[in-house]
Amino acid sequence: MLYLYDGALNVPKILEDWYAQEAQSNYGAYIPFIGTVRSEDGIDGLSFDIYEPILNSWFASWQKKAQEKGAIIKMAHSRGDVLLHESSYIAAVFSPKRRVALEFIDAFVEDFKASAPIWKYDLKDGKRRYALERSTAIKGSGLLAN
Amino acid sequence: MVRVEFLGPIQKDALELEITDLRQLAAILQADASLHEWLTNSAVALNDTLISSLEGTLKDGDKISLLPPVCGG
Repeated sequence: MLYLYDGALNVPKILEDWYAQEAQSNYGAYIPFIGTVRSEDGIDGLSFDIYEPILNSWFASWQKKAQEKGAIIKMAHSRGDVLLHESSYIAAVFSPKRRVALEFIDAFVEDFKASAPIWKYDLKDGKRRYALERSTAIKGSGLLAN
Repeated sequence: MVRVEFLGPIQKDALELEITDLRQLAAILQADASLHEWLTNSAVALNDTLISSLEGTLKDGDKISLLPPVCGG
């Protein structure tokens, strides 16, 4: 359950929808993480590019890991521009008990940051600037440089 | 023909190349000065699966993608 949207996420609606989708699924824990654009360095917002084929396979591999623990993951992300104090990312884990969900959301979000094929740009003075210094090279990068 | 796509912030049009392995691709891309930094920090996917080696052969219709450093969220 991966949801991509153009522009900012409607956080209350997405959280409510996800809650409703699993209300009768007998999960004891629903733990969402919400990423919101902060004001820093004079930016007007952030912008995102996504490469969906690899994002889909990356997400499917995590969904499989979750299912092995009796849990499920839902994730929503923005494409394009997201302005200050709007949200671009929600990840949530549903599991029978809280411990699995708390540990899983941590591992999932960390790997998301390191591996999901999404590129972030700062929006400033009407321009889009790639946030290279805040980005992480995917494991195994540099293969074609040698 | 093998298609080479440059994703995200790499501002470069896709290439269509007559190559049969990844070492040939590495040599072609290394000759492009505008790609030097991107080659050092980009991951490589073959037909949308990340790869960790330049071994093996390419066939007609294969797609190579270069994925520069990521930052979702």
